[in-house]
Amino acid sequence: MPADSGLSWNLLSDIDQMWKLDSMVNAYRAGTIVAVLAAVVGWFVVLRRQTFVAHTVSLAGFPGAAAAVFLGVSASWGYFGFCIGAAAVIAALARSGKGGMAEESALTGIVQSFTLACGMLFVALYKGFLNGVNSLLFGSFLGVTPGDIAVLAVVAVVVLLAMALIGRPLLFASVDPAVADARGVPSRTLSLLFLVLLGATAAEVSQITGSLLVFALLVMPAATAQRITARPGRSLVLSVVFALAVTWFGLGAAYFSPYPIGFWITTFAFGCYLLANLYGFAARWRGAGRRQVAEALGVS
Amino acid sequence: METMTAVDAVDAVNAVNTDSEAAAALLDGASRVCNAGNEPVAVVELRGASASVAGRTLWGGVDLTVECGEFVAVLGPNGVGKSTLVKVLLGVLPAATGEVRVLGHRPGTAGAQIGYLPQRRSFDASLRIRGIDVVRLGLDGDRWGIPLPGTGRFGGAKRREAEARVREAIELVGASAYAHRAIGECSGGEQQRLLIAQALVRKPRLLVLDEPLDSLDLPNQASVAALIGRISRSEDVAVVMVAHDVNPILPYLDRVVYLADGGAASGTPEEVITTETLSKLFRTPVEVLRASDGRLVVVGGPEAPVMHSDRHAGALVGGDRRATDGRVTDGRAADGRAMDRRVADGRAMDRRATDRRPAGSEADDAR
Ligand SMILES: Nc1ncnc2c1ncn2[C@@H]1O[C@H](COP(=O)(O)OP(=O)(O)OP(=O)(O)O)[C@@H](O)[C@H]1O
Ligand SMILES: [Mg+2]
Repeated sequence: MPADSGLSWNLLSDIDQMWKLDSMVNAYRAGTIVAVLAAVVGWFVVLRRQTFVAHTVSLAGFPGAAAAVFLGVSASWGYFGFCIGAAAVIAALARSGKGGMAEESALTGIVQSFTLACGMLFVALYKGFLNGVNSLLFGSFLGVTPGDIAVLAVVAVVVLLAMALIGRPLLFASVDPAVADARGVPSRTLSLLFLVLLGATAAEVSQITGSLLVFALLVMPAATAQRITARPGRSLVLSVVFALAVTWFGLGAAYFSPYPIGFWITTFAFGCYLLANLYGFAARWRGAGRRQVAEALGVS
Repeated sequence: METMTAVDAVDAVNAVNTDSEAAAALLDGASRVCNAGNEPVAVVELRGASASVAGRTLWGGVDLTVECGEFVAVLGPNGVGKSTLVKVLLGVLPAATGEVRVLGHRPGTAGAQIGYLPQRRSFDASLRIRGIDVVRLGLDGDRWGIPLPGTGRFGGAKRREAEARVREAIELVGASAYAHRAIGECSGGEQQRLLIAQALVRKPRLLVLDEPLDSLDLPNQASVAALIGRISRSEDVAVVMVAHDVNPILPYLDRVVYLADGGAASGTPEEVITTETLSKLFRTPVEVLRASDGRLVVVGGPEAPVMHSDRHAGALVGGDRRATDGRVTDGRAADGRAMDRRVADGRAMDRRATDRRPAGSEADDAR
């Protein structure tokens, strides 16, 4: 965190100041790419109730990045390699059968603890590495290079294109696997492919929020959006909007405060989720009230 | 005493009388002409079909022809392989022997013309997607591309057409009032109606419904049965429906298939649901009673007979078996202890379906 940053009395000039820093502009670019990707893939994660798998795959980024740093290559190789690798392991070992990944919680748990153990091994191997562990786990936004942004953008475009191609059958297979199967939708292939796409997404998100706080972008915006509306199109768009807002505000707050980016993004996302729940209660209460009035008036 | 248990086992008492409707439906059926296609191709044709799962033959010798617009029930005790028959029709599982044609093709190749409702499906309460979206997935969910219903402007006519079709299907099943709620928040019966709409939305020529009346209360069973019967007539859709209780659908039925362990009987309800046929099929005394209001009550446990070898390929299996294997039947009938045990445990039938014992072991126990 830049030591001399901090809010003065003039917010606009502060923001102006922030935009003059290349590192902040790069952070915003990376954050925007990651937010859009996470919101779309996360929407399916929430719908398919695969948050445990998502968490496991994201955690694999921690040993991945630690290994990459230990070997002296870019952390981003470690993120992508390990996240996609963990997804592939889960996909390969998952028994074919009904219920998607819901039954695979034991397998997922096993993979998760093994990846964490690997992470600790790499930390132990690399003695003077302790500072970095924090940002691997809880995120950092400094030091994003134009090269990183290019990689993030290319991977995001590939994943989003794949999602656009398989989106509808994947939705069908997620909501209604038996009927989708009978219709000839290759639901098992789709769910395996989705796992790999999820791995790539988790690797991207980890680089902003840290491995532990991936849910802040991958799950919270989508869960918030689905809480607000049950219309698939709208909730998908809302999910992207929330993820972008949370990321942008989170980056700003992290710049002007001494606290890590992961904390801010998670806090804002959690705030949105609480508000959405309040909204849900209010809507239901209003609906119930209207129904009572209608009953009292004898119309239905 | 035996009677009481058996009634418990088959449970055919709860039903709603719809005799006049039945008469109307039958008349209607007789004069119905199938207009789909020029040459009459049977919607479903099974010839000497049998199915085995994990190396075990479930049923065999099934001969069945379903013409278009006909309403056929698949009956039989738990675990006998009713859902397996459905899977064979859908092409998810190959038949072990015999020939199976669906809409004139190999099973599994005419998926778009088949509406399917799997058994016991209820959506998680937290699933935030509307009923109308689930129905819409039945229309074009298998198409590659973005899941969103077209976002205006582009392809507007096609989108409107699709939306109209979805609305029509929802109206047909009377689900308009709750189609816009999240499906997880709908009641079991409401979900069932929406799922029937989903199965219907492509105007299929064959509806395959696996226990659609499951989890519905009696009035809803009657009304969903009536709905399916009506759709079968008005849309000329052939219906193959798995059911536990024949009574709610009896008025609309053209044909039934009764599956028993190893064998099967098919024909009109009048032919199949009789004391003689069912006794032969289950190789144990079964009595079919007709209540004054037309309901059928099957008395006597259709307990899974236990020998899997020595199968007959006819539509009706087990007729000769009883003569050679009379020991089992007699032993049961004469043996008070065996009966008592069954009375004490109302679910004896379920248990037996899962834990099959070697032939005659029960009779041997009794000695
Ligand atoms: N994948 C499978 N592997 C092994 N056995 C199976 C499999 N699927 C079904 N079975 C067995 O096949 C038999 C028939 O199953 P099926 O689901 O067709 O029964 P059913 O008649 O539909 O029963 P119910 O009335 O309970 O729905 C059962 O004994 C079941 O245990
Ligand atoms: Mg079944």
